[in-house]
Amino acid sequence: MSDLLAARSQMAVSLGFHIIFAVIGIGMPVLMVVAERRWQKTGDPIYLELAKRWAKGTAILFAVGAVSGTVLSFELGLLWPTFMRFAGPIIGMPFSLEGFAFFTEAIFLGVYLYGWDRISRRAHLLAGIMVAVSGVASGIFVVTANAWMNSPTGFDLVGGRAVNVDPIAGMLNPMMFQQTLHMTLAAYAATGIGVAGIHAVLLLIDRENAFHRRALAVAMMVGAPAAALQPLSGHHSGQVVARYQPAKLAAMEAHFRTGPRAPIELGGWPDMDAREVRYAIPIPGGLSILAFSDPDAVVEGLDRFPRADWPNVPIVHFAFQLMVALGTYMAIVALWAGWLAWRRQDHASHRGFLRALSVAAPMGFIAIEAGWTVTEVGRQPWTIYGVLRTADAVTPMPGLIVPFLCFTVLYCFLGLIVVWLLYHQIARSPRPTEWSRRYTPAGASSA
Amino acid sequence: MPDLPLADVLAAILALSLAAYVLFGGADFGGGVWDLLASGPRKARQREVIAHAIAPIWEANHVWLILAIVLAFTCFPEVFARLGTVLHIPLSLMLIGIVLRGSAFIFRSYDTEELKAQRRWGRVFAIASLATPVLLGVCIGAVASGRLVPPADGDFVTGFVEPWLTPFALAIGLMTLTIFAFLAAVFLTLETHDPELADDFRRRGLIAGVAVFVAAFAALALAPHGAPLVQRALVSSTWAMPFHLVTGAVAVAVLAALWFRKYRLDRRRDASSLYRGRVGAGTVSLYPSPGSHGNGSGRARPHAAPRPHCAGGGRCDPAPVAAVSFPGVQELPGRPGRAWRVRR
Repeated sequence: MSDLLAARSQMAVSLGFHIIFAVIGIGMPVLMVVAERRWQKTGDPIYLELAKRWAKGTAILFAVGAVSGTVLSFELGLLWPTFMRFAGPIIGMPFSLEGFAFFTEAIFLGVYLYGWDRISRRAHLLAGIMVAVSGVASGIFVVTANAWMNSPTGFDLVGGRAVNVDPIAGMLNPMMFQQTLHMTLAAYAATGIGVAGIHAVLLLIDRENAFHRRALAVAMMVGAPAAALQPLSGHHSGQVVARYQPAKLAAMEAHFRTGPRAPIELGGWPDMDAREVRYAIPIPGGLSILAFSDPDAVVEGLDRFPRADWPNVPIVHFAFQLMVALGTYMAIVALWAGWLAWRRQDHASHRGFLRALSVAAPMGFIAIEAGWTVTEVGRQPWTIYGVLRTADAVTPMPGLIVPFLCFTVLYCFLGLIVVWLLYHQIARSPRPTEWSRRYTPAGASSA
Repeated sequence: MPDLPLADVLAAILALSLAAYVLFGGADFGGGVWDLLASGPRKARQREVIAHAIAPIWEANHVWLILAIVLAFTCFPEVFARLGTVLHIPLSLMLIGIVLRGSAFIFRSYDTEELKAQRRWGRVFAIASLATPVLLGVCIGAVASGRLVPPADGDFVTGFVEPWLTPFALAIGLMTLTIFAFLAAVFLTLETHDPELADDFRRRGLIAGVAVFVAAFAALALAPHGAPLVQRALVSSTWAMPFHLVTGAVAVAVLAALWFRKYRLDRRRDASSLYRGRVGAGTVSLYPSPGSHGNGSGRARPHAAPRPHCAGGGRCDPAPVAAVSFPGVQELPGRPGRAWRVRR
């Protein structure tokens, strides 16, 4: 394994690990606030129990997210010193703002966790809302920095250095809006559908459990709208990528030959020697419509770019298809949920729906990892698109495979423990003593 | 206001945030050290007090470290790139320590069912708490040595190991550890109402205080060879004498307060004194030193000329600012103050 590949892999593992916690840190506070609001309105103690558990989940994940985020901020310099030397002054702005948002989130999470009996109900709910808002804000700032790497603006390139730096213009880069929107929706969809899916599994086993019924309802309220809107945001993303990163779009769609009426290749495997996609189902003109809303539009293919500037086409194409497939499935489940709600049917008793939802539980997170693979691998061989190559950004330090392996083992181990803890702390239904005195579910004669 | 170079102001803010990290985060690490060294008849209760004082949410203390990093790469990208390259190994090890410490603590807090698992997490937490400050100090010491030249092609050891594996850097590592342990012991005297327990921590504080002095003098003795810049700043700058007098006086006062069991007073003084020492080292660290100058035309370093004399001791020493502008900060974000102490 070359040092460059080791450095890229270490970055991929660190980001892939951190992103899960970041995403739940954005989504879970919303669940917790919605549950608390419902408790305040209805007085149903199960909602209070849910709010408290989700707050605990937020705290566990927030702490793991905080340490893995600290690691990432160091790794930028440890692995990519040349990149940071160039980009530091430009993307420092969103990172500093992210720091403030993170700080706000920490303070209000503290107030929320320890303030149940100390501040008024309204103030407590407000603290929860602040946690949710600052969680979203910090996500937006970090993704803004990444969007800058895809469409760098706010500086002039003179003799290989950035001069006349304007960090605000750097933040308002062309990719910023669509990337942050897509990521924010993804965070809500993945967390909401993920939590709902877990409770759907538990409801399939214990169908009258009032705790899981309420949890499912709240989680779907957050996850379903986001999942249903995500395809629209994705379509918009595709159009922006077509305009600013045509090579990435060509790799995503495995589109080798420039031309009008570009097809969409569903599935299949790109044959890099023959420069065509095998075993795919083509939809003629599909890509032209998606990218430029015109079936006859010319879509640039990989043939427009020197071979050395191609990303890894099979990986990007596969990851993209995976993301779209999972996102589509989640959107369909979300629309189904909306349909059931409109027909005033009970989601929690509809076994077909519960099965479909339980399958969807991990999908949002897989789709997010796949989506990040698309955007990161698709940007290669560039770290800053069109400006700095990844091979030139990497540290001269030899033997990078050692830290890569260490961090990989560490993160795998932590991931397993977090999953185990979360199950025990949050998803498992409360022991009867915890709430049966307060509430007995309808139809449960002996609990 | 005389013209204050932007680089100095930024460096001062950076040093402040690093000081804040040491102040708030440092006590968390120190808590882990005392967890590891818990002993005597009140062993279990000592650990309880420590766990109680560091709730997992206070991983948020890392925000200070992140702030320092972000400032470093925004304002001094050249420096940041050099540090990331030459100090790759100790920084990576420190990161592993930070991750293990933080997560082991959370797991211990929430994994309440099995005593054996508890103890296992406790050990990971404590050992990581011990190693991480040493590594942090080694990095700071290596920076202060002024010898972080960009690695030339070829030898791995000369390029990536020798710059930080020096007696001076190790002495600073040791000093960092003892400072963290001292801080934690002082904070912990206030975390309990039990006079016996408070006395345990008082004794530990006194021992750690003496250890801080020993480590500091070791570092000073090694400085002429190991970090000539720091040595010059600490000995011959105009501010050196008053700086030493004030630091020394406060340090003695802290130990005296600890001796006479005036814990509240102690906590205040402690915050203003020790951080002076740390801030001194931190300020030095920002300045590119002669010999490590490299191709330094970094744009965000408008006044790139090294000015070590201002660094270690004096002119822009932000410690008093820290004391003035963050008087009650330990009640606010970093440390759960008594106002919202957790009731579980």
